[in-house]
Amino acid sequence: MTNLTDLTIAEARDGLAAKRFTARELTAAHVAAVEAVRPLNAFITETPELALAQAESSDARLLRGEARPLEGLPLAIKDLFCTKEVLTTAASHILDGFKPPYESTVTQNLWDAGAVMLGKLNLDEFAMGSSTTTSFYGPTESPWRRDGDNRALVPGGSSGGSAAAVAARAALGATGTDTGGSIRQPASFVGIVGLKPTYGRCSRWGTIAFASSLDQAGPMTRSVRDAAIMLKAMAGHDPKDSTSAPQAVPDFEAALSGDIRGLKIGIPKEYRVDGMKREIEALWQRGIDWIKDAGAEPVEISLPMTKYALATYYIIAPAEASSNLARYDGVRFGLRVPGKTLDEMYELTRAEGFGAEVQRRILIGTYVLSAGYYDAYYLKAQRVRTLIARDFAEAYKQVECILTPTTPSTAFAIGEKSDDPIAMYLNDVFTVPVNLAGLPGISVPAGLGEDGLPLGLQVIGRAFDEATILRVAGVIERAAGFTARPQFLAGRS
Amino acid sequence: MALDKATVAHIATLARIKLPETEQGRIAGELSHILTWIEQLSEVNTDGVEPMTSVVAMTMPMREDVVTDGNRVDDILANAPERANGFFVVPKVVE
Repeated sequence: MTNLTDLTIAEARDGLAAKRFTARELTAAHVAAVEAVRPLNAFITETPELALAQAESSDARLLRGEARPLEGLPLAIKDLFCTKEVLTTAASHILDGFKPPYESTVTQNLWDAGAVMLGKLNLDEFAMGSSTTTSFYGPTESPWRRDGDNRALVPGGSSGGSAAAVAARAALGATGTDTGGSIRQPASFVGIVGLKPTYGRCSRWGTIAFASSLDQAGPMTRSVRDAAIMLKAMAGHDPKDSTSAPQAVPDFEAALSGDIRGLKIGIPKEYRVDGMKREIEALWQRGIDWIKDAGAEPVEISLPMTKYALATYYIIAPAEASSNLARYDGVRFGLRVPGKTLDEMYELTRAEGFGAEVQRRILIGTYVLSAGYYDAYYLKAQRVRTLIARDFAEAYKQVECILTPTTPSTAFAIGEKSDDPIAMYLNDVFTVPVNLAGLPGISVPAGLGEDGLPLGLQVIGRAFDEATILRVAGVIERAAGFTARPQFLAGRS
Repeated sequence: MALDKATVAHIATLARIKLPETEQGRIAGELSHILTWIEQLSEVNTDGVEPMTSVVAMTMPMREDVVTDGNRVDDILANAPERANGFFVVPKVVE
């Protein structure tokens, strides 16, 4: 029998339908895989009993011919989604012991579609980071190694546990969240597909908030088709999130026709940043050649505000975070450090409960929102954000989507870049503008860098047009023929 | 923009994060570094540009002003570090 942990979501779904194996067998193989990848520290919480119980009920449904779209498919969940009665931490000390009495809409949608939960995945604390090194539960390691170098590498972040688990074949797919690149950058670093949908496509209800005007949940999978299947199940209007869009969810899988003839695809000249690595430029050129060979037309476009996106982001995201994270006060949930007064209790709890990067961002956010600085920083950033969104709107008069690299480099080693926050922030230079404009973006594995590590290309779409970027990503996926595997694989015996 | 230790202490109080005095200098340096980098935004002419309030063009939905949830005291208190008689317990605030 083929290795069950090597299947894609689509293959596993078809295998279950054809009764080649049972949901219990599929889940048991993944439960063993989750154990096998423990050295990577990808999971904060494993839920094998729950997974096997869900698989049993999926088998019963499959037997009755009542299979739902994700029936019996084992997935793993970023530990930023609240899961009922299952420890939910946001990788922070401050949420010690928190077991939500409710389920996030996105995960509920997955369970309603028949999916099986393997466990909760590691991330940067409160999703603030690009390396999954700021977790209270310790860093996650990438399953990849550089050629001839055995140092542990980051899986990217903040959805680094998701990336590592999916790349190492411990889960068929995983949820991620993306505020400035937290799905697409880790997907690029480990050679998988990561899709950040349009703002409003997936409900944010029950997902622990970082920056509410930027946060969006999305799928991380080993194929473009799998991303289409998983997004369809995650998405949809939710009255419990007033920013959730009342839009019909199309059949994304049906959009994967492979036909992009005549499509105009923008190539933004401002993404050729100073000092861009040769291998990134070469990868981008290969991507342009692939879409041209498939009959699409690359068109040079201009997004002049690109260079200001990161600075804008590093005002808006901390400002919203400082406000969202005010709720962690030692009163209602999680950690409490006793104090003589209420204020002292707040201050001691938050000093001990939040890690260094989260504190730094709360302080920056508090400063830019404080009296006397609000106009100069926060309002200024929101005005520049309008201009960034306008750049994309202008470009979309000429083109239907945009092709860029996902990241400016391959993965770095754990501990590299950690002394300079700005060097770390620069990882997100190609992904952040997409969040600021609320648009969908997908990263698809496109090749290996000179160091033998994966690199992704990003396709950015119009609002609510995930179907087109999935179609283009599918064409790139086929042309790239990315078959490289990480050195560390769960199923390898 | 260089922040001094007094400003950092003030922000930390606003954010309710205890910051030992010995840490204030280091944090002031880090925050100043980030704020100086952020200041590149002053180059951008934003005269007459509206600040963004909603990233996707949509009107906020309205609904009937009725109770849709409630009577879940046990759920709400379930994760509290300290609770008594259906309430959260905090250090005494009134003498």
